[in-house]
Amino acid sequence: MPRRNTLVFIIVLILFAFAVCALIYPLFGREEMRLGLDLQGGIHMVYQADLSEVEPGTEAEAIDGAIAVIEQRINILGVTEPVIQKQGADRILVELPGVSEAEKAKRLIGQTALLEFREWVEGEGGEMEWVPATATVDGKEKVLTSGYFKENTYVSPGDLGGVLLIFEWDEEGSKLSEQITGRLIGKPLAIFLSGEPLLGEDELPIAPIVRSVITDRGQIDGLSLKEATELSQLLNAGRIPVPLTPIYEQTVSPILGADFIDMSLKAGLIGIILVMLFMIIYYRLPGVLASLALIFYGAVVLAIFKLIPVTLTLAGIGGFVLSIGMAVDANVLIFERMKEEFRTGRTLGAAIEAGFNRAWTAIRDSNVTTFIVCGILYWMGSILVAGAPVKGFAATLFIGVAVSMFTAIVVTRTLLRLFVGTPLAKKTRLFRAYQGRE
Amino acid sequence: MFDITGKRFLFLLISEALILIGIISLVVFPLKPGIEFSSGSMMTVSFAQEVEEVDQGELKQELVNLGYANAIIQRTGEGNDFLIRTRELTGEDKAALESALAARFGSLTEREFYSVSPRVAGETVENAAIAVAVAAVGILLYITWAFRRMPRPLHYGTCGIIALVHDVVVVVGIFCILGAIMDWEINLMFITGVLAVIGYSINNTVVVFDRIRENLTRGISPDFEVVVNTSLVETLSRSLNTSLTTIFVVLALLLFVGASIQNFAMVLLIGIVTGTYSSLCIAPTLLIVWERREWGRLVQWLPLPRAKARGA
Repeated sequence: MPRRNTLVFIIVLILFAFAVCALIYPLFGREEMRLGLDLQGGIHMVYQADLSEVEPGTEAEAIDGAIAVIEQRINILGVTEPVIQKQGADRILVELPGVSEAEKAKRLIGQTALLEFREWVEGEGGEMEWVPATATVDGKEKVLTSGYFKENTYVSPGDLGGVLLIFEWDEEGSKLSEQITGRLIGKPLAIFLSGEPLLGEDELPIAPIVRSVITDRGQIDGLSLKEATELSQLLNAGRIPVPLTPIYEQTVSPILGADFIDMSLKAGLIGIILVMLFMIIYYRLPGVLASLALIFYGAVVLAIFKLIPVTLTLAGIGGFVLSIGMAVDANVLIFERMKEEFRTGRTLGAAIEAGFNRAWTAIRDSNVTTFIVCGILYWMGSILVAGAPVKGFAATLFIGVAVSMFTAIVVTRTLLRLFVGTPLAKKTRLFRAYQGRE
Repeated sequence: MFDITGKRFLFLLISEALILIGIISLVVFPLKPGIEFSSGSMMTVSFAQEVEEVDQGELKQELVNLGYANAIIQRTGEGNDFLIRTRELTGEDKAALESALAARFGSLTEREFYSVSPRVAGETVENAAIAVAVAAVGILLYITWAFRRMPRPLHYGTCGIIALVHDVVVVVGIFCILGAIMDWEINLMFITGVLAVIGYSINNTVVVFDRIRENLTRGISPDFEVVVNTSLVETLSRSLNTSLTTIFVVLALLLFVGASIQNFAMVLLIGIVTGTYSSLCIAPTLLIVWERREWGRLVQWLPLPRAKARGA
């Protein structure tokens, strides 16, 4: 028995060392804890796609297309680890961790990125106004837009300084452009972006005078380098094939997220210290061992969070902190039982074994409800658009309680057994138990 | 040795009063749903510190002028940080609101923004209700399973559930009052907390009942009340110690993490206290009341003619 115990003790030590290493060094490619948006700041958006205009049967493709376009656009921002996912049949989830320019990101995603060419004509009211320039192709009247651009626009320095946004028409676009520029020679052709005039670097609308018939390629002059580059990237990313409306949004500034990490670390640390103090004062030596087991517990749980990885949210840390308090429950159950066994006159060794064996059913039964509740919460968190915190809480609490059963049963017992047969075991005061006394 | 079971009618009377107060507060001050359930937008803005302190009343007035008559404003933290809750804002609404506020009170930084559309809110209510129902069924199944070995599974199961309902009513009742006084709203984390409390409370009850069963089999006394009381005393330090360690960590959460999970930590705190109380003082004592058919004494204080007749 002692030899087997020593073996288990060594395994526990190795596990602990492994957990600590996993926390300090990057292991299995995991460099850091994965933090949720509320902790590192960022954007969480859910868009509802309007599929009413989409041909029946091709809804899934439309959504996938939209996701592909959003991915391309997000690349412009250079976000690390963005999440762009389909949610249900007609929703898209976009998560951008660590993004501080929330407004820019949303604009990029929400942009229709459709340039529309308009001509200056007399409107119905007799006043001059910009109306979409149209031409007829294949018997249909069509508006000239960037929808007919090939997706290979680029920015190039202009001859007279400034930059040019160069684009090429596709087959249909080139027919439209030929007709339109043909009839507008000497007249202005304005460019509108999402219904607003596209403004140049000089804050004036870009509306060049048509000099010649344009059939295959064209250029937009007057944009700043930054704007031209962004617009070019947007155009190349393509158009989102379905209209998207935001239905859920959560934005947290990275500064606030950092505050939260600080605060929850403090809460966790203070919680763990209080629990240890209590256990040591109340249970003496076993309390010290339970505290050691708690340190083991903390390291292992955090290592599991990092390696799986579990995305840590504020609620998730709440679940972890709560599980610290609950983790000692199994120890308390065992120690109380041990004290009782001790009182009936058993030796320390016998009391330890009896305490663990008898407390086991209570530990198992009492943790089952927590597991049931965690399961239901995890499920609820997964089906709800706003359910991320609930899911985080359920995951961390579940892992915490599962590991706590292991630490109480294996780690604390192993540590206690190490004391059996040593002179310390005779000092019953250390166990706050008095043999044979009621 | 403590005599817990002897004071059972006092404990039960206290709980009856608590349940009554809980139900009355639920009726008088209904729970305030947060934006996850009712839709809308919520933002935390921070006005530049060097500017003089922003007055909450003026801020409210400005929002009313801007057309947000129903906006709810809370000062968070010490500085010029405010939480502003409005109807659902579009991107343009938000930009307009922020620039108007900046023009009036000086530059501001948006620290947090949260927006839920009515459609999502509707789904959340629906699915949360389903989840709670599933949880209730799951826990009932668990109770049936856990108490199958008890001498009278129906008695034990029912008393466990009564204790559970007691805890939920107390938590919800206190939240109604907090809502009325401090504008606390309930959100998904509130529901999460309530479910966690239910799990916690059942745990404690199971441990106590388990000991009663064990002592019954060992036949420590022919008197059921003595058996229950002995079991309670034997498990007392375990129940209190576990609750204490959990209360420590929840207090740490409440004090150090603050506003964002305040509701959640508060639910846990109240729930752990009442859960511990109910598993020690309500569920086991009800067993005795049932065993001895003392139901009449529970409603003694009611001016019911029948109860009086029985008493006489």
